[in-house]
Amino acid sequence: MKIIGTGSATPELVVKNTELESFLDTSDEWIRTRTGIEERHIHDGNLEGLAAEAARRAVENAGLSISDIDFLICSSVYNRFMVPAMSCVVQGLTGAACPCLDINGACAGFVYALEMADAYLARGRHRNILIVCAEEPTRMVDWTNRATCVLFGDAAAACVVTSGGDDVLFRMHTASNIDVLHGYNSAGNCPYDKSGRTGEAMSMNGQEVYKFAVSSATEDIRALCETAGISLDGIDHFVLHQANLRILEAVRTRLRQPVEKFPHNLEHYGNTSSASVPLLLDELHRAGKLKAGQRLAMSAFGAGLTTGACLLTW
Amino acid sequence: MTFEKTAKILAEYKDIDVSEISLDSTFEDLGLDSLDTVEIVMSLEDEFGISIELDSSLKTVRELVELIDGSL
Repeated sequence: MKIIGTGSATPELVVKNTELESFLDTSDEWIRTRTGIEERHIHDGNLEGLAAEAARRAVENAGLSISDIDFLICSSVYNRFMVPAMSCVVQGLTGAACPCLDINGACAGFVYALEMADAYLARGRHRNILIVCAEEPTRMVDWTNRATCVLFGDAAAACVVTSGGDDVLFRMHTASNIDVLHGYNSAGNCPYDKSGRTGEAMSMNGQEVYKFAVSSATEDIRALCETAGISLDGIDHFVLHQANLRILEAVRTRLRQPVEKFPHNLEHYGNTSSASVPLLLDELHRAGKLKAGQRLAMSAFGAGLTTGACLLTW
Repeated sequence: MTFEKTAKILAEYKDIDVSEISLDSTFEDLGLDSLDTVEIVMSLEDEFGISIELDSSLKTVRELVELIDGSL
């Protein structure tokens, strides 16, 4: 499998840390030193417009037209649609004519979608698969909770994959732990429901998530390199889920790699959930930083807790 | 023994002299925020071969040492 096109779309509205100081007991300094985040983009309308725009840009970047896409996978943790799936909405907006489905792999969703696409392509019945990650975590958090709301931003990012290229290695892992990271939704009014459930904004134990993220990303990348028979120094770009600069630094230090091999853009977008890895990929690709033949290690981690890592040749 | 090993790891992490760390030192005194605390705990887990459940109420070196002793 190979990635032949990338695209992204981010909301126009940019909210700087200093703006958050006006309604939260927080500070630019606190947020920067603990996360590396300086600002985030927040949409004030509907997510599907961004998702469709990211999709169109990826298809165009691949040199294809939307009719060339024969399967569409959308990774979206949360959006205003209970039904239909976001992928079906994107299909309509982009004019795609293929089957669609959504997955929820939390912040690791992109890597899970990529692995699914790899499997579908290996079956030989599809040519071009479009992956769209559309996320609005700003709608999942409590905006009076300074520990979580400052961390997130909205974005959509996409890529087109096709068969060919070198083999892609994956390492996926799930370690169920609801307590440390969860949010509850509620809908309907079933008279037989005795659970008393109500919706609840996302809750996160940042320390436990940090520990999981650092140890699993480090272990996954090491294991993939070992399987591929290459050294860590043989990786050109480590593209990690953009949750927190401190996590990236902790992984980088453990893998003994130079800063330039760990690109990041979280300072401008915050944590955009599963959109973060393809958003960064698109930025690197359009800046001409990804050269044919270079090796990329991608790793993402999130609620589940779950991780997905992959090693591919650009 | 737990304190000595803990103090050594803290001193290395902050690049300070081990004599500056006592049981009554708070993480705040040592300039450690919540994510620094996780890094310290991860190093201690490796050092002692244990698994420590993180508790955000952890504030002092004494509490950390007691947590480790309780996990040994």
